[in-house]
Amino acid sequence: MSGAFDASRRRFLRIALTASGALVVGFRLEEAFAQSSSVPPDLLGDELTELTAFVMIERGNRIVIGAPACETGQGAITAYPMLVAEELGVAWPQVRVTQLPYGYRETDGNASNRFGNQSGAIANPIGEAWTALRTAGATARAMLVAAAAREWNLPVEQLRTAEGHVIAPDDRRISYGALARGAAAQPPPAQAPALKDPATFTLLGTPVRTTDVRNVVTGRTRYASDDFLSGGLIAVVLRCPHLGGRLESVDDAAARKVPGVREIVVLEPAAANASGDGPSAAGIAVVAESTWAALKGRAALVPVWTPGPFPEESNATLAATAHALLDAATDGVVVRQEGDMAGSRKRARLALSARYELPFLAHATMEPPSAAIELRQDGALLIAGIEDPDAASALIAELTGLPRAGIEIRLPRSGGSFGRRLRNDFVAEAVQVAKAVGKPVKLVWTREDDLANDRYRPFGLHAMTATLDRANRIAGWSHHCAATPASGREPGAPAWRGCVSAEAFPAGFVEHLDTQFHALESGLPRHDMRKLRHGFDTFATQCFLDEIAFETRRDPVRLRLDMLGEPREVPAGEGGIMFDTGRMAAVLSACAERIQWSTKRTDGHGLGIACHATGGGYVAHAFEIGMDGERVRIHRAVCVVDVGRVINPLGLENRVASAVVDGLSTALNLAVTVKAGQVQQKNFPDYRLLTAAGAPPKVEVHALPSTLDPVGVGELATSSVAAALANAIFATTTVRVRKLPLMPELLRML
Amino acid sequence: MQDTPENRAAAATPIDAGIEPGTLQLGINGKPYFHSGDATMPLLWFLRDVLRLTGTKYACGVGTCGACTVLVDGKAARACMVPMLEAAGREITTIEGLERDGLHPVQQAWIENDVVQCGYCQSGQIMAAVDLLRRKPRPSEDDIAQIGNLCRCGTYPRVRSAIQRAAELTRAKRT
Ligand code: FES
Ligand code: FES
Repeated sequence: MSGAFDASRRRFLRIALTASGALVVGFRLEEAFAQSSSVPPDLLGDELTELTAFVMIERGNRIVIGAPACETGQGAITAYPMLVAEELGVAWPQVRVTQLPYGYRETDGNASNRFGNQSGAIANPIGEAWTALRTAGATARAMLVAAAAREWNLPVEQLRTAEGHVIAPDDRRISYGALARGAAAQPPPAQAPALKDPATFTLLGTPVRTTDVRNVVTGRTRYASDDFLSGGLIAVVLRCPHLGGRLESVDDAAARKVPGVREIVVLEPAAANASGDGPSAAGIAVVAESTWAALKGRAALVPVWTPGPFPEESNATLAATAHALLDAATDGVVVRQEGDMAGSRKRARLALSARYELPFLAHATMEPPSAAIELRQDGALLIAGIEDPDAASALIAELTGLPRAGIEIRLPRSGGSFGRRLRNDFVAEAVQVAKAVGKPVKLVWTREDDLANDRYRPFGLHAMTATLDRANRIAGWSHHCAATPASGREPGAPAWRGCVSAEAFPAGFVEHLDTQFHALESGLPRHDMRKLRHGFDTFATQCFLDEIAFETRRDPVRLRLDMLGEPREVPAGEGGIMFDTGRMAAVLSACAERIQWSTKRTDGHGLGIACHATGGGYVAHAFEIGMDGERVRIHRAVCVVDVGRVINPLGLENRVASAVVDGLSTALNLAVTVKAGQVQQKNFPDYRLLTAAGAPPKVEVHALPSTLDPVGVGELATSSVAAALANAIFATTTVRVRKLPLMPELLRML
Repeated sequence: MQDTPENRAAAATPIDAGIEPGTLQLGINGKPYFHSGDATMPLLWFLRDVLRLTGTKYACGVGTCGACTVLVDGKAARACMVPMLEAAGREITTIEGLERDGLHPVQQAWIENDVVQCGYCQSGQIMAAVDLLRRKPRPSEDDIAQIGNLCRCGTYPRVRSAIQRAAELTRAKRT
């Protein structure tokens, strides 16, 4: 199970006593005991630079817990510290949470991260944290109990803890704050202490609000783009609008005359870099004293661009190429083949085929990318909302020659990610500009920059064929996909990674299987969005199952349950994770029940359902919709998940509800389109997110109870939204929409 | 000097800067400020870059998203669409100035309903809600749905319940 902490890694506890008498406990991965590292006296300020998964206890019994990941809305700033607090035995209101910086360090020439794994790229972040962070809390608790035992001369077994106090059998109590010094003076326990029996949890499993919510609603939170480095110069970049194009020349005379403009810097288009960021556009940076001056300066530039190698690229040509590839008899790259699909086609009582098209999508994080950077002789400071600080640090070192140990990265709260902040292309731009001007610079992207230069969710076409035997069972399943693969894949990863899967349902549940992939060429840089595949091929698979059910006059829920069969576990790829058919069936059945699937609607409403599993989590979506003129009205939205033990039910419910709204917004209206080698969408008016008026008034969220280790929910909860909605549209209108986004296509077909 | 909004604000007052001809004056969160630079600069950048009142956010710059919503003479306006020339002579309220001590009922309701996800749109959502409740103390579901502020994270259902809760809190405060 991926939730288990990798015990083969060496783990070391680290304890330090701060100048103020605070006890600091943390864990380290792959790192020897630190030589006496000094914790800075301002540890309790915003400049926490020492530990992750740490506990700091002030004399006044205030508990400070560090959150190791950049908060982008995924809830890490609340859920991670809850894990520590549970084992530590403190009351949540005593806890103050602080966001930790990037924890790179070198010990005897060995690089490590003192805060464990800080990259959001790992498949299952909560899974790894589940054990590691609780261990940090339990260790601190054990030391405090030991200190109290010495004080009272009692055996530790007789002592208990509650709400930040150690309590003796006769009800005497000492606060953690009073014990901190004594606890820190002792060596840490030789072995990691045992963790609590989950049945005795008092905090985990209870609803907890976002820890820093008050600062957000009062405008006090400094987001990544709210930070100004000393000097406060702002840079914006005019980027080549042609995919892969070049700068021929630029007349910057007028731009230089704009008051407040300080420098103009021509950026070398970065080739794909080692951190997998894909190529960046050629551009010209305008550095100015304010954002407005920079924008005015940029508007005054007169560039001459040379179109790149993709002057003809458009959605129409991509779709035509994809169809041609899928029509041709030539094989694509084989992803998985089993049985004899060709033979099955010949023998089949009935063969059904359908093609599903998905557009490029932009992450469109509410806060556009930004990076504030200061380069010094011996190091650098980066302030950015990024989720792969490891790669950013390596990138800065590569571009500047600075030693990685001197590169400090702060990770403030950021306005959304959906995977966007795993890429560091904007950091690379900021480094180039700061190098050229020799001053600290904050490089900001406008919305126009963002929509035209994202790392887009790939474009793709799925050709599905199913063969049915005499009993209407699906005997063969062929899934040929032609798509623009994600750029910047990890070395050695096959092109199809992220677009199709060798293991996804119904692979392994049919006798004959043929999954193939054709790579399409595109000038757009591409990258995962909310985990790429989940949503990308799920749309095709879950719509096609509905079509098969309709053609064979079967209930779509029954069809899926029959295919899943008896509860059992089958390998699901994704690093050894198993697919539990029983959990999938339970989630699907619960969802059908909640939406009252078997109650026929008579008011013109229709129902649609779909389900998916990823990363050890299971989800089903159901919608009840109706047509209101040319609008789809979502009357009810139900989402049932099984993500193991729920850490924070309130956080889970809120995140799932939002993910469903996001999924609806995307499925209904969103697409990035290319024409003549240029992205067509300029700003939000051309990339129409749902507003409150279009969103369902409520999303009914249910998490099935589970005692299994928890897994993340954000990506999971969008994955089958588009399919469930398309299925509901079919049930309501009898129009089968096979192309996303649904609305333009539906209106065309109606 | 520490770089706080207060300190930056002080630097922008006429005592330090001296009033030049053509200087614009405006009130922000109850204090007078002066601007002698580009009069076409949107209020948004004066707030963010000059005063470092960064609670007001940029997300589109074309008046679509509402992340930059502030109150201009008590009415919701999109700060990215208000040039300094138009802001002159007016009283601006930003998220930082919504309530001096403690929390405004709308902020309170936002906390109670745990509305914040990434939170980037939320100061704008809150200012839009304040404006709605000023116009309609008992907003209907349709009134609420008419707020056009975008939320990329999809928090609309929570925004909805928070506005209803804020309406209750506001009424309770009055009586
Ligand atoms: S930034 Fe002003 S409306 Fe979007
Ligand atoms: S909370 Fe993230 S955009 Fe609204």
